[in-house]
Amino acid sequence: MKSTKSKLFLCFKWAFLIIVLACIYLPILLIIVYSFSGEPNIGGVNGFGQFTFALYKKLFTNSPRLMDATKNTLIIGVSSALIATFIGTLTSVGLYYLRKGKKAVNFVSEITVVNADIVTAVGFFLLSIFLTRIGLPVEKGMGWLIVAHAVITTPYVILTVSPRLHQLNPNLYEAGLDLGAGPMRSLFTVIVPQLIGGMVSGFALAFTLSLDDFVVTNLNKGTNGVETITTFVYASLRRSLDPAIRALSTIIFVIVLVALIIFNVVKNKKLKTQQKIIK
Amino acid sequence: MKEPKVFDKIIEVKNVTKTFDDVTVIDDLNLSIRRGQFVTLLGPSGCGKTTLLRMIAGFTAPTKGNIFIEGQDVTDMPPYKRPVNTVFQKYALFPHLNVFKNVAFGLKLKKIYDGDKVDKKGKVTPVFRKLNKAEIEEKVNRALKLVGLDDYGYRDINSLSGGQQQRVAIARALVCEPKVLLLDEPLGALDLKMRKEMQIELKKMHRELGITFIFVTHDQEEALTMSDIVVVLNDGSIQQIGTPKQVYDEPANAFVADFIGESNVLSGTMLRDYCVSFLGAEVECEDKGFGKNEQVDLVIRPEDIHLFPIGSGKGQLSGKVLSAVFKGTYYEMEILASNYEFTVQSTVEAKPGTEVEMSVEPSGIHIMKKLRTINEFEGEIDGENSVWFCDGSFEVDTSLEKGTKVKVFVPFDGVELTDDEDDGVIGANVTHVLYKGTYYQVQVYTDTDEDFFVDTSDEWDLGDRVGIKLDKSKMRLEVVTEEESDA
Repeated sequence: MKSTKSKLFLCFKWAFLIIVLACIYLPILLIIVYSFSGEPNIGGVNGFGQFTFALYKKLFTNSPRLMDATKNTLIIGVSSALIATFIGTLTSVGLYYLRKGKKAVNFVSEITVVNADIVTAVGFFLLSIFLTRIGLPVEKGMGWLIVAHAVITTPYVILTVSPRLHQLNPNLYEAGLDLGAGPMRSLFTVIVPQLIGGMVSGFALAFTLSLDDFVVTNLNKGTNGVETITTFVYASLRRSLDPAIRALSTIIFVIVLVALIIFNVVKNKKLKTQQKIIK
Repeated sequence: MKEPKVFDKIIEVKNVTKTFDDVTVIDDLNLSIRRGQFVTLLGPSGCGKTTLLRMIAGFTAPTKGNIFIEGQDVTDMPPYKRPVNTVFQKYALFPHLNVFKNVAFGLKLKKIYDGDKVDKKGKVTPVFRKLNKAEIEEKVNRALKLVGLDDYGYRDINSLSGGQQQRVAIARALVCEPKVLLLDEPLGALDLKMRKEMQIELKKMHRELGITFIFVTHDQEEALTMSDIVVVLNDGSIQQIGTPKQVYDEPANAFVADFIGESNVLSGTMLRDYCVSFLGAEVECEDKGFGKNEQVDLVIRPEDIHLFPIGSGKGQLSGKVLSAVFKGTYYEMEILASNYEFTVQSTVEAKPGTEVEMSVEPSGIHIMKKLRTINEFEGEIDGENSVWFCDGSFEVDTSLEKGTKVKVFVPFDGVELTDDEDDGVIGANVTHVLYKGTYYQVQVYTDTDEDFFVDTSDEWDLGDRVGIKLDKSKMRLEVVTEEESDA
């Protein structure tokens, strides 16, 4: 009796897990599968059609606007994430060693994390107009987008770096000072090396957020037509979506997957060598 | 050649006060440390010893006062310019560097004297240079050898045991050749066996290197074993400075006696020079210079009490053995005499339940001035039969008129502590508890910065929040005359 019941429960557990995972991965799977199809429309009368790399070929040879958008996305993503990582790390360190008002500053910096993107987007939109009105040479476009993305993603870097700081030995910075290093030197040779892990996570998170962002980008890309992947996809939906986007999406997914695997392998290896030494 | 100084002070702390958010951690402290000594700052947690060390290292600045190193005022000098190095409580090694690089960290920044440069006008300026790679390697290896970690240079910090990390921390500090080595409870995280080993090794290093060590600990045994000079701290001020033997044999007050070693602390009356009375017995002692019938504290160490069979007439006090525990080389016994529970250590066991006589040699008794014999406050009559002081209105029997300024005297046994703060007239925190055999002497600290001494039969824990009630029959008022209050 009991064994049938537990068997049933086991079946149910697996079924549930498979359904949940399927729901999560179905859209991605669909896009990957159809990136190898020659059909312009998914689910058309011809079904899958023929297996071909035509879309990949098209992406790199015959989709100049999509390639342009990709390039812009990468430039904005990498530079804003670099800026956010730098500012976010310094801010975390400053916050950590702040005596008074720590909670208040933390709270203020975290509000933007939960704040709706549309508010920030409109805010930046109006700010650019305001700054232009008072005579500052601000122009919506690539530079402005980098600034906006850096501002949006900095709090996320703070969130990934701060926990590492709190794990540090509280005397580490003082040990640097004690051994003759000035405040700046202690910061960069003693504290920052401990934060690399958090900084890498923060950078990755900031980059992904920038890559994903549509609301802020769309409102602040300006009239000179700086398109990113998201705004490009949105704009072409009205006409017909370039099918090469399937190939691009697949490539992005694979890159992220590979990066994740490498990250985990390196981490495990480090852990294992450490344990080996202890033994 | 320079004249050798009579007292070569390497560190001087002058009138230093440190407050954190209105809490005074160090209170107008003065201390001189002689070159080459092993000095221990000893006290219970929260006494300010670590704060004092951190001020010498330069991590926190004094609120008031000055700190001198070799006669130079370093009060405003940042830590990276001071000729001292610190071994931190939890080592604070750099986890991203291996053992060798940890030790080399300070050397890479160090600049050494490299002869003088004489310019055309004959002006001499000293030249400094950085150490080269070979010099650094040689110094690091020497330091690692000193702490017994010769072949550990390439090892990862995280792969070392606590004791080994401790050694790396010591090597990292010593390799910079500081004039003073500061150690902030460095053995606190080690197990007992490791602690003992490190104590011996640190002492050995101190002898070999000849530099000054300032060592912070709350472990009195550690302090007595290792130091040349012990500085006993409590509540941000120095209670006593002395050699381990002085601090143990001649504690300056009841706090030191209680904190250092096992002891029997009693209240007594000095009848005349060389004679003290306690628990109804008149006993010879070696102390003099107290007032006639002055109330004093006295301390008798457990090993200074000798036991004799009852009826032998050799003892000054008789008591009943409550318990006896064998401690390896001696027996420790609890003996009840005139309602005081003595702790006695002797190589001869007295069975529990037997009556014994106890005697103390004059040299075994140490007399200390009482810190205070009565609680004294200034206040004002604020109504019929009530007096205002310490931010509270206390009931009292008086015919004085409202507005009269008075001095209020409350004996220790006239104060009652209550569990619930609201049951008392005012609230206070328990800051010190001393067992006096038949009762506890508790010190509480009010929100108005006043101390109450309380004799009570109840045991209170440090940090307890209590209420204070006063026994109006035991209170005494004294009118303050105008001239007196003006002065």
